[in-house]
Amino acid sequence: MTAVPEGCDLFTPGHRACGGCGPALAARLLLRATGENVIVVNSTGCMEVFSTPYPETAWGVPWIHSLFENAAAVASGIEASLKKQGRSEKVVCICGDGATFDIGMLCISGAFERGHDITYVCYDNEAYMNTGIQRSGATPYAASTTTSPAGACSPGNVRPKKDMPAILAAHGAPYVATASIAYPADFEKKVRRAINTPGPCYIQVHTPCCTGWGFESSETINMAKLAIETGLWVNYEMANGTVEKAKKVKRKPVEEYLSRQKRFQHLFKPTRRDDLIAEIQRIADANAERFGIDIRSKEPRE
Amino acid sequence: MLEIMEGSHAVAEIVKRCRPQVIAAYPITPQTHIVEALAQMVADCELDADYITVESEFSALSACLGASAAGSRVYSATTSQGLALMFEVCFNVAGLRQPIVMTIANRSLGAPLSIWNDQQDSISLRDSGWLQVYAEDNQEAVDLHMIAYRVCEDHDVLLPAFVCFDGYVLTHTYEPVSIPTQEEVDAYLPAFNPYQRLDASNPLSFGMYATPDYYMEFRYEIDRAQHRAKEVFAKAGREFARQFERDYSAPVEGYRLEDADTAIVAMGSICGTAKDAVDEMRDAGKTAGLLKIRMFRPFPAEEIRDALKGVSTVAVLDRNISLGSGGGVGTEVKAALSGSGTAVYDYIVALGGRDIRKKDIAGIVDLAEEGRGDMFYGLRTEVL
Repeated sequence: MTAVPEGCDLFTPGHRACGGCGPALAARLLLRATGENVIVVNSTGCMEVFSTPYPETAWGVPWIHSLFENAAAVASGIEASLKKQGRSEKVVCICGDGATFDIGMLCISGAFERGHDITYVCYDNEAYMNTGIQRSGATPYAASTTTSPAGACSPGNVRPKKDMPAILAAHGAPYVATASIAYPADFEKKVRRAINTPGPCYIQVHTPCCTGWGFESSETINMAKLAIETGLWVNYEMANGTVEKAKKVKRKPVEEYLSRQKRFQHLFKPTRRDDLIAEIQRIADANAERFGIDIRSKEPRE
Repeated sequence: MLEIMEGSHAVAEIVKRCRPQVIAAYPITPQTHIVEALAQMVADCELDADYITVESEFSALSACLGASAAGSRVYSATTSQGLALMFEVCFNVAGLRQPIVMTIANRSLGAPLSIWNDQQDSISLRDSGWLQVYAEDNQEAVDLHMIAYRVCEDHDVLLPAFVCFDGYVLTHTYEPVSIPTQEEVDAYLPAFNPYQRLDASNPLSFGMYATPDYYMEFRYEIDRAQHRAKEVFAKAGREFARQFERDYSAPVEGYRLEDADTAIVAMGSICGTAKDAVDEMRDAGKTAGLLKIRMFRPFPAEEIRDALKGVSTVAVLDRNISLGSGGGVGTEVKAALSGSGTAVYDYIVALGGRDIRKKDIAGIVDLAEEGRGDMFYGLRTEVL
């Protein structure tokens, strides 16, 4: 493979992602933040499939894919190997929410407990997208997916999102952050902080999926923004287990976010489900309370 | 110089001298003594390796994969359930062409839970792309590790290898072994020279996704590398013999086979017992012999055909069972000898640590000569 031409992104165009793909944008921003001196470990998932159809690759940095669930363990080995050779490349995992919240949990827990100097980035599109939109531990309450379909006696997904950042902070991770592709500079800043913090760091970046969620491909960034503005996604940083900073917002009702996505359409038709919408509003309110994100009137907007 | 030591410690000593830079392993009986000894060597600064205390065998091999891809010589060891947990990674290591050497302290698989020896674990991974060699005794186990690194890392091979030796029967047995010195090992095994590695100054993509247009060719390349490994193994074995005067260059080894009418075929420590059984049968006037299979992958079908020319009856001792079919070794020996006119009978023996003695082997030879075979031998019918 030849070097990436000057002026080009390290995550190069021509890959097979859908138009408006949130994860593709996350990959591009990630490499902008890491620069060239990095080795990327990528789990099986959308990103691996759309970015590396042999014999082509979108990755302008060394990249390895092994399995769905073992990126953190492979990264552990890479880090140990580099250390032994006296090399200085940073090791970054990028994995979807299925690979992170569910099947990869064992390897991630092991790598974080052992304290490897790696940065683990989860691109969270809230379901298993490349296999046909099945629920994961990151799927929000009441989202309809192909394995948690809404029906006469089901609201869709019956459980709230697993709190991965808290779980990894509980492992003693020195730096844990959430981010959103709607705020690229913030995401890049967090990636730079993570790779420059010794030890295992975790970033969970919200990456809306137009195919899986059911919205127009031109709406990806708006959708990511609405998640933040409703309080259903909170951008925050944790250092050594303590929340340092959370992005403040003047909150909008969750309905504005839900009504624009097919995965929540059963909340609005054929009959409006005020009970479920209210439950989701309670989740957003609880987020706002927990992270103190509400901008009260007269307070300056951050 | 010969020293009396436990099989596991002998293996740990040679692994140390092979200078792995990264070790990732999870303890499991009867492999445990190997990885404990290596951990102590690292703790004592006798071995300059990074020892990753992973949380599972699945992560052990995954970490080895990453470490190898980044350009280090790596080592792991496992057995039984641990190897089963690595199943998925095993296929990937071979597919990604990483020359990892892993010791298998052969053990049965549950259920029911059994910690004792048979060869079900490694045999079950026969299709994974790993080279597989089996040691008869601890000296052979030691020596095969050096040869395995040479073969795996050869740029004409680039495949991983299991060095298999029987759990407890060898791992926990004290017998005299000669451990080559560091200088001798260094002279035989050069530093790891990766064909490709993850490196920011030369970015490559490893483990991409292959459509039907490309997948089959990757599998073909692995299969070709398996076949090339036989020649590379022979060469590495000949050079080993020149340096250490112990010859493992042949993938199979005959014992009193030249004029034999009936041949026993076996792998691993059972071959020692079988040699004694052959001697006793010879003393009793029976023209029996033994063919020991040292290399199971790549499978030495041609060498087996050559070695068993002139033999009318073959009795394969299989310490594994492909349930619903037959023993793994027997099935392949039958395929290798098909059309040769030789009668091949398969015997499932000594599963889950059941003892097998010289008189059992003589009894099996009698059964084969009577044309009775393809059975479990030594079943306790009273408990069925």
